[in-house]
Amino acid sequence: MGSLNRFGRPFLALIFIALAALAAPSAKAQSVAEIVPQMYDASLGDLRDAVAALVATGEDAALPILQALGAGNLYEADNGGIFIQTGRNQYEDALTGAEADLDVTGDLSTIRINNSLRRDIAAAVGSLTLMSENPATRRAAAAQMFSTADPANIELLDQALAEEDNPGVRTVMEQARAAAMLRADISEEDFAAAVAVIAARGDRQALGILNANLANASEAERVNIEAGISRINQSLQLWGIGQNVWYGVSLGSVLLLAAIGLAITFGVMGVINMAHGEMVMIGAYVTFFVQEIIRTTNPGLFDYSLAIAIPMAFAVTGLIGIAIERGIIRWLYGRPLETLLATWGLSLIIQQGVRTIFGATNREVGNPSWMSGAFELGGLAITWNRMWIVVFALVVFALLLLVLNKTPLGLQMRAVTQNRRMASAMGIRTPWVDAMTFGLGSGVAGLAGVALSQIDNVSPNLGQSYIIDSFMVVVFGGVGNLWGTLVGALTLGVANKFLEPYAGAVLAKILILVLIILFIQRRPRGLFALKGRAVEA
Amino acid sequence: MITAKIFEKLGVKAIWVVAILLALAIAVPMSNLLLPVGHPLRVPNYLVPLMGQYLTYATLALALDLVWGYCGILSLGHGAFFALGGYAMGMYLMRQIGTRGVYSNAVLPDFMVFLGWRELPWYWQGFDMFWFAAIMMAFVPGLLAFIFGWFAFRSRVTGVYLSIITQALTYALMLAFFRNDMGFGGNNGLTDFRDILGAPIPAATTRASLFAASAILLALCFILCSLIVRSKLGKVMVAVRDAESRTRFIGYRVENVKLFAFTVSAVMAGLAGALYVPQVGIINPGEFAPANSIEVVIWTAVGGRGTLVGPIIGAIVVNAAKSYFTGTFADLWLFILGGMFVFVTLFMPKGIVGIFTSTWSALQQRRASASAEKGVDTEPPTPPAQKPQPRQSNDAPDGAKPSPAE
Amino acid sequence: MTDWTKRIGGVLVASAMSATLISSPVAAQDEGPIKVGILHSLSGTMAISETTLRDVMLMLIEQQNEAGGILGRQIEPVVVDIASDWPLAAELARRLIEVDEVDAVFGCWTSVCRKSVLPVFEELNSLLFYPVQYEGEESQRNVFYTGASPNQQAIPAVDYLMEEEGVERWVLAGTDYVYPQTTNLILEQYLLDAGVAEDDIMINYTPFGHSDWQTIVSDIVAFGSEGPKTAVVSTINGDANVPFYRELANQGVAAEDIPVVAFSVGEEELSGFDTAPLVGHLAAWNYFMSVETPENEEFIAAWHDYIGSEDRVTNDPMEAHYIGFNMWVEAVEAAGTTDADAVIDAIVGVQVPNLTGGIAEMLPNHHITKPVLIGEIQDDGQFFVVWETEDLVPGDAWSDFLPESAVLEADWTDPINCGNYNTETETCGGSEAVAE
Repeated sequence: MGSLNRFGRPFLALIFIALAALAAPSAKAQSVAEIVPQMYDASLGDLRDAVAALVATGEDAALPILQALGAGNLYEADNGGIFIQTGRNQYEDALTGAEADLDVTGDLSTIRINNSLRRDIAAAVGSLTLMSENPATRRAAAAQMFSTADPANIELLDQALAEEDNPGVRTVMEQARAAAMLRADISEEDFAAAVAVIAARGDRQALGILNANLANASEAERVNIEAGISRINQSLQLWGIGQNVWYGVSLGSVLLLAAIGLAITFGVMGVINMAHGEMVMIGAYVTFFVQEIIRTTNPGLFDYSLAIAIPMAFAVTGLIGIAIERGIIRWLYGRPLETLLATWGLSLIIQQGVRTIFGATNREVGNPSWMSGAFELGGLAITWNRMWIVVFALVVFALLLLVLNKTPLGLQMRAVTQNRRMASAMGIRTPWVDAMTFGLGSGVAGLAGVALSQIDNVSPNLGQSYIIDSFMVVVFGGVGNLWGTLVGALTLGVANKFLEPYAGAVLAKILILVLIILFIQRRPRGLFALKGRAVEA
Repeated sequence: MITAKIFEKLGVKAIWVVAILLALAIAVPMSNLLLPVGHPLRVPNYLVPLMGQYLTYATLALALDLVWGYCGILSLGHGAFFALGGYAMGMYLMRQIGTRGVYSNAVLPDFMVFLGWRELPWYWQGFDMFWFAAIMMAFVPGLLAFIFGWFAFRSRVTGVYLSIITQALTYALMLAFFRNDMGFGGNNGLTDFRDILGAPIPAATTRASLFAASAILLALCFILCSLIVRSKLGKVMVAVRDAESRTRFIGYRVENVKLFAFTVSAVMAGLAGALYVPQVGIINPGEFAPANSIEVVIWTAVGGRGTLVGPIIGAIVVNAAKSYFTGTFADLWLFILGGMFVFVTLFMPKGIVGIFTSTWSALQQRRASASAEKGVDTEPPTPPAQKPQPRQSNDAPDGAKPSPAE
Repeated sequence: MTDWTKRIGGVLVASAMSATLISSPVAAQDEGPIKVGILHSLSGTMAISETTLRDVMLMLIEQQNEAGGILGRQIEPVVVDIASDWPLAAELARRLIEVDEVDAVFGCWTSVCRKSVLPVFEELNSLLFYPVQYEGEESQRNVFYTGASPNQQAIPAVDYLMEEEGVERWVLAGTDYVYPQTTNLILEQYLLDAGVAEDDIMINYTPFGHSDWQTIVSDIVAFGSEGPKTAVVSTINGDANVPFYRELANQGVAAEDIPVVAFSVGEEELSGFDTAPLVGHLAAWNYFMSVETPENEEFIAAWHDYIGSEDRVTNDPMEAHYIGFNMWVEAVEAAGTTDADAVIDAIVGVQVPNLTGGIAEMLPNHHITKPVLIGEIQDDGQFFVVWETEDLVPGDAWSDFLPESAVLEADWTDPINCGNYNTETETCGGSEAVAE
């Protein structure tokens, strides 16, 4: 805030001219000090006038006020004062910069604005920051101007371009200028030049601008524009395929997370674990619980909340899993179908229990800052939360593989599930191994819950919406094989995402189910069938 | 002559069940229609369709038990056949509304009119005729089961794989029927029925007749199932359940046996669904929900799998409990129901029927030994109870045997 | 009584007939508490939305009882759980009316629930107050629709976007069921009438509980960047909204660029996540918790007090129950009895204050007058009202933008007394026409 203007006042005068169109038809220009008090208890219309007047003042002091208003940080006090929020419970007077004394001012409340005002402010801030010292700010300002594409900005952009030495920012400014030019009344050469600049940008927005200008172009120009359009379309199509693959991988990783715990309790142990979804749900509630405690005790730790929630969720659901195994499942070995009934009953109880404790409504689980937003990778827009979930899913998978293949516990688990009696004869404590295996599967389900809390509702129904998909994945991949689960999940995810654009979300899902049914006819034991005597047992 | 033969084949216990069902079919409607309101023996109005509904559930559970309890096929998608039968009936009932719909359109159901459909889709043709609809109630679920089974059993899809793809089947159908473009009313399904075969649905006489029809259907299905499981085919079915590979090696065409059982079962489920719809007044895609099919499995298990009476008792007990608890303990009923399922699996592995048979045989034994101690001269006074004993073991094969679907 | 009973009477044995009729809920009239049924899902998928409505009904009843009840009698709530299972809803509705002998029922959220219990209310001649915005195309004698019909929510919202935001391209995104389908049909016709080209409308449906919105949100972004100002009109259903908005936020769809206006997203839905990245997206409702009126402040205070938490929000369907309950109380007081027929006659024209400073009136078509408010999402999960209709909008049972229903009118007062009166042929469609 309060960034200095690199070129001082002369340019503000220019801005004043450039933004004359925005200014309210007030008789004479007012000063910032005169305008700000008018913002107290103002209607949206009055606020709009105030914003225009603030821009028209050309004073440096206007910028922080506009930025605060746009970000929802501008407050009005009961005594009529206007304040800018500078931190948690810290406010300073918009005009004097003095710290607010809440005893004097009375309660503070945000000055609320609507979308069109927010757009006006963004445009105004864009113009005011085009000459900022910070290249990123200048770039943002130019990008803002690109999307407004207001011919009134051309002069301002020319001025800025003359001074600009950062090549990246320069490109954006040129594009913004070209976009604005296309809206203005310009010569044919200028038109051609502007089209070339826009076409070189090569993204969807460029495509939109080109399409819009196709109609009012001359014959000669039309060829150029069409060439630009088809070039952009081609590259977009290529990126589109990449995007679909990514979406598929990301959906697949969610399926993988949801299913991988089941791959152990169901796939390895043969327990038809209908309460698996509820373990996922409990994992999500643990995340909620952890965040809730952090929120009330130590908000600074919020970004680490997931790091705390992951071991907590694993421990809680793992212990619940062990308790279930000791209490119920162990009486049912050799009667796997009965485990379906018992765990179904259990899932009803757990759901209603959570509903009673936490209420039936959604609970708020926030994204830490490192899981918010997106980044661009070429033509791909990749959201951080999906990215981290993909990574998390693969890490969980790798760890699980490690546990099963490289640890004594994993060895015993495999021994017990392959031949219980023999394992027992070799001195393995089979009941203990059973409990640990079920606990491990449940714990992994809890981990899935932590991840799912970041993209889905945290409600008692969370588990229900994943349980069927999880069973499909495990069966499709082949019961008893972790690699099958991985390949199955990713295949189903990618296939779904490639079908979705053509068939729509609903039909795509139906088609996937039909494909699974048909696939099982071809390979009655899934993608990676277990071989050997265990199969027939 | 034939009936006599059937009776002979059925055995005493089955005849008792059929007799009870038929008695219900007569007694409940009579009591509801003829006794004055407030009479202690009168079945109140709201109970008649409710009990009818339970009987259709019982038929569905019986159908499932035929494939699961006797043939070892754990279908997690039997709700689909039930719902398809229901939709066939629903389509007939929708067509019966005719110009009485809100838009007075003689051909199109209301939901099609306001969603801009111009003409009736081809698959709705013919449903204005009851005979056609009635055939479809059995044919559509049967055909689906036949095609599905044809592929699945031939490819030797067994155990959990089969269970999960039956679940996929019903799930896919649910999603499909949720789509408005399918022309089945989407999420809202088919409602607002007026009359069936000319009789207004809300009328007490119609309700009573539908109840009687449900009881009779259940009785017929029970007879059919009894005959099947007592025939040679039934023995082969049990063999398939207990040792599929061995049965195949002996020379039986296992897939044909399974296909037969699966298709018959689907037809029964479809007919049950058809009778269910007019009694509840709505059919919507929620009936296809995988959870519903799992519930059917649970009714069967609670009652006693591998017995023919078990699923009937289970369906009625569980649903009556659900009706009662959802109304009375709105916040606690899931705890109660869930707890009940866990309890039954842990402590009553053979279901309610299992408890009865074991106490009964224990009682028999004690009595027999008691009388044996008393004196040798007196004939044991229980020949009729002893006679069905061997049959009973047919009816209730040892549940502890290797589990069918594994 | 109704046409139904007449018709049945012809068919039935007389004794059985009279037996059914007399057993109707008015039997035990004058003593004991007045019973009110609450028919909401407390478990299953809809519990998320509906448990709150159960709580608010219990609160309203408690308040009324403290104020002396109605007709000098206390009110006793009967709560059942329909478990998001629609045949069960019909069964429990029947049980409420026949066994528990309730005098009115407040309940249902989804259309399918209403459709499922509707024949029961018709047959047993009881009252249902339905508190949720719905697709219209219905008016039934025994049902009172206290939520919005499409003309009280969808159309004003589109008007606002066209006029205030200058939107020219439209994405109509919804969950694939009857409410979004109908609303989108109406909106599509409305937009075409307003001169929007067919290419500028994109319609998209998703399954219930859809959780992977990556493709659709990126399609929306693509559609939005291809031409002039675009907006999304969302009829996405409850559960699917949290992942949808999360994806919007993460893909950086800012309200200034592509505003999303939703008809099913209220304070309750927003309480499930952090709304800071969503500031400026819109919702159209007839009530917002943030509206500052004395009635609303009192209501919110009472709610917080009742539920024992300052964090709980209020929302539009809660207000609908508030209005519906007060209307029923007024009508019962006016009729001097809880008898269904008397209340149905008395309730038309009843006026009670709503929570946003206006008056709700029960119209002859059993819908009510409502203000339409458009709010922008704020970072605290509340809405800031940016626009509202000057007058109250009367609810329209039959949309004027669907050809078949444009000619229909609902009026439950004499002389028409019909839910679907055809103004062209001047006849009452449906059962009566045939029964004569």
